Amino acid sequence: MYRIILTRLAQGLLTLLLASIIIFGATEILPGDVAEAILGQSRTEEALATLREEMGLNRPAIVRYFDWLGGMLQGDLGTSLATKRPVADMIESRMWNTLRLALLAAAISVPLSLALGLWSAIRAGGRVDKTLAMTTLALIAVPEFFIGLILMKVFAVELKWLSASANTRPYFDFWQNFRALALPVATLSFAVIAHMMRMTRSSVINIFTSPYLEMAALKGLPKRRLVVRHALPNALSPILTVIALNLSYMVSGVIIVETVFGVPGLTRLLVDGVTLRDIPLIQACAMIFGAVYILLNLLADVLSIMANPRLRYPK
Amino acid sequence: MSDATEIATPRASVFAGLRLTWTAVLAGSVLLFWLILALFGPWIAPHGEAEIISGTTFAPIGEGGLLGTDKLGRDVFSRLIYGVRTTLLLALITTVISFAFGVTLGFAAAILKGWFDIVVSRIVEAFMAFPSTLLALVVIGAFGTSITVLVLTVGLVLSTSVFRVSRALGYDIGVMDFVEAARARGEGTWWILTREILPNSMAPLIAEFGLRFTFSILFLSGLSFLGLGVQEPAADWGLMVQENVGGLFLGSSAALIPAACIASLTVSMNLLVDWFQQRQQGETVLEKIDQ
Repeated sequence: MYRIILTRLAQGLLTLLLASIIIFGATEILPGDVAEAILGQSRTEEALATLREEMGLNRPAIVRYFDWLGGMLQGDLGTSLATKRPVADMIESRMWNTLRLALLAAAISVPLSLALGLWSAIRAGGRVDKTLAMTTLALIAVPEFFIGLILMKVFAVELKWLSASANTRPYFDFWQNFRALALPVATLSFAVIAHMMRMTRSSVINIFTSPYLEMAALKGLPKRRLVVRHALPNALSPILTVIALNLSYMVSGVIIVETVFGVPGLTRLLVDGVTLRDIPLIQACAMIFGAVYILLNLLADVLSIMANPRLRYPK
Repeated sequence: MSDATEIATPRASVFAGLRLTWTAVLAGSVLLFWLILALFGPWIAPHGEAEIISGTTFAPIGEGGLLGTDKLGRDVFSRLIYGVRTTLLLALITTVISFAFGVTLGFAAAILKGWFDIVVSRIVEAFMAFPSTLLALVVIGAFGTSITVLVLTVGLVLSTSVFRVSRALGYDIGVMDFVEAARARGEGTWWILTREILPNSMAPLIAEFGLRFTFSILFLSGLSFLGLGVQEPAADWGLMVQENVGGLFLGSSAALIPAACIASLTVSMNLLVDWFQQRQQGETVLEKIDQ
């Protein structure tokens, strides 16, 4: 088992490396370079040459890539072009906002969607199942900003119960925090619950219809034992994958939600970076999100291997 | 020789054969409505795309224009009609690009197998191990916002999923008896691809096209909403939402209307694809991959 987990970890590391190459490559193949971007229209050849020399842009791309990667590993994320501040500082102050949003949304959406998914799987074909299936099918296709704006219009603009701005202050008490965070967390959860519920339903149904469970049922095992001992261990690994997949899906959902509610978070920083074409900032933010995404998927795989003995032996 | 005998189906039962559900009819009508608006928009819209018709910004529904005015005093109704063109056309182009890349490479990988399959599959896996929105943001950050960059990026990002579907289809169908039979009677690769594999993978590919189209609308409008997609003064639904968010607090629905329109488009498309898949009966390859 440990060998398989180690192999998977090594694969994850390789993916991370590939991701770094993709990020660095994508920002490198553009015509012109960072020096031109900084100097803009008013550049002279001399100024360009000096700046390139200063920033080490004359070195070949491979050298710069390893330099960048080495810096990343040591926590040096480079200097922002727009603000001239170290990227690490800018990210540090923003990270908590994004993390809090994602964790709160996960805490709500994971149990809720697992419960709903199980419910409709057990009642497959029934009225609850059909209603949920139709609702989630529609919800999946609704853009996050629409959900966010509707919630904002109803609860913040019309009813004035909740705050439309998720910008919290350190002196906020519990209620103020709740008022500020309720809408963005709800929006983010909505988007994920629909996906997660559908996937949970289909993976549980998959297991409930498998021959070995039919056999166990025909043997006359009590329902409780059937579910806990026979179905659950096999259902666990697809469910874990579902959770990880959807948490990583949040990475893109959170981008929209932070913009709608003006959360000063990490993705807002990334989007600003893209608008200002602040390459070091984009690289660092993208690498962090990429790493989180890859780690979550890795975690799901490792947990599934541990939960399901069948996965420990390669075919 | 291909001797698939065609059985003539009576024309009269064409609608009965579709097994329409009320959701499919509703979704189809909504899509048809938007399609007609997209085609004849400029003749229907009372004002120009970027024409400022009123001094009042964020005029409420009924005042100024039929649906009020936006942050610059432009007619929301007219921009909405022009916007459906941009939205549908861009989504169509990106989906076609993703299919051109995805299907070609996917079928090539399934037929050629060997190192070609390994190399392409690994590259696609590397791209899929990375959130697609993030990938698009990085590329747009590097190249700036232009329609060409936007369409190519989103098209390529979407093609990874199309590749997986068509590769799986190619592999599944490629080992079937009738393909074996074709090979045995000495048909070439091209013949097998176009006459055996492609016709048999049409249904799942159509469903995939619908799904990618929906996703593409969501993706593009999301980028426009972030201010990184379609740029002013063009009318695009995602962009219209972004422009008019501020009006929400002034009681204006100028941001909500285009957002609702996007939702109507994508939800309808999703329902239609679902109906199509149900109609194909049983589990499609798509669902097998999703699990």
